[in-house]
Amino acid sequence: MPVQVEIISPEKVLVSREVEMAVLPGMEGDIAAMPDRAPMMLLLRGGVVSLHENGVVTDRFFVGGGFADITATRCTILADRAEPVSEISIDNATAALEALTEAWDKADKTDMSRLDVLQDKILAVRAEIEAGSTHA
Amino acid sequence: MASLKELRARIGSIKSTRKITSAMKMVAAAKLRRAQASAEAARPYAAAMRRMLGELAGATKGEEGGPLLLSGTGRDQVHLLVPLTSDRGLCGGFNANVHRLTELTIRRLQSEGKTVKLLPVGRRAINYFAREYSDLIIDKVMGFSGKEVPFSVASDLGDKINALLEAGEIDVCTLVYNQFRNAMTQVPACQQLVPLVMDEAQGHAATPADADAAQYEFEPDEAALLAMLLPKNLQVQIYASLLETAAGENGARMTAMDNATRNAGRSIDSLSKVYNRTRQTNITNELIEIISGAQAV
Repeated sequence: MPVQVEIISPEKVLVSREVEMAVLPGMEGDIAAMPDRAPMMLLLRGGVVSLHENGVVTDRFFVGGGFADITATRCTILADRAEPVSEISIDNATAALEALTEAWDKADKTDMSRLDVLQDKILAVRAEIEAGSTHA
Repeated sequence: MASLKELRARIGSIKSTRKITSAMKMVAAAKLRRAQASAEAARPYAAAMRRMLGELAGATKGEEGGPLLLSGTGRDQVHLLVPLTSDRGLCGGFNANVHRLTELTIRRLQSEGKTVKLLPVGRRAINYFAREYSDLIIDKVMGFSGKEVPFSVASDLGDKINALLEAGEIDVCTLVYNQFRNAMTQVPACQQLVPLVMDEAQGHAATPADADAAQYEFEPDEAALLAMLLPKNLQVQIYASLLETAAGENGARMTAMDNATRNAGRSIDSLSKVYNRTRQTNITNELIEIISGAQAV
């Protein structure tokens, strides 16, 4: 019995299909969505969602943070932004990383909530660059 | 009676007006289709978001001091109104309807002794409210004159509202925008964003298939998830309203330009009639003059 995986960005549905297993980049570690898994809601960090079919990875998508809703038969991923790993633009991501690093240097180092947000963003962009360069 | 030359010029100018309005109608129709498609595409995200939120709100129910976005500040004194309009006019009563509803709401709230603040979105609303309520405007956001509504407009706006709320500058936040019914009808409406109005029936009806499923696990805990989900939900709701505004604007423009094209046609017809009649009268007069001249000889 497969899992129905849906990757949805605010603008559109990227993927909606049945796979054997989907590995998601959870905030506290990677988590696999498989058939008959106990229902779970998950906060995602920036990273790669990989879809497994017949024991091999068939598709990889980068998500820049978001949420996932996993039940026994489906796995809905609400991504802040999402794109296939093959379409990642490393130049754009590098530019974004530079902008974020600059923002980090300027940021008030006592404002922890702001620093947390920035750090998550920087980690997400780093993950994007890494994912993009392993593909290329 | 106008001279033939004047009539000709007038007919000519109305004809070129008709050309423009009918071109604008076609453009609006094409844009409307695109806007409707993107509104359609954004729906699954909003639906999934609602489902998760319903589940989470159920799990955290009864806990004291929830997040501000959900429960509000507990006061009801300072209201923030966010009218959403287009950047351009020539779309019938589309923007005026939003202005009117916003004004009514401002007066009602003020007569109840509340403080009202305004955050107009779209050039039309910015210009309109800058005239009469400039002291209420705390911030303004330009609309999106481009083809598609980028999600970033909604997320920036959501962050702004969230920041105001956390700074304790507002207690209640309400959107005023045109709900899109169809290309002909857009209904101006208010939608309260903060505190969140949870539709109980919706929260439960959305999860019938999972109703018998085991209790959800949450990672990290419910409160942390909720704290991340709520600002996202705010952005999604704003995004949905922006998309409806974009679709409504083009629908309204299409209808308005259709009417204008038809009116132009009608006035060309009646002017042509006057023109032909005048021409004929002139010829008859000339003939009478020639004939009576010949008879006199």
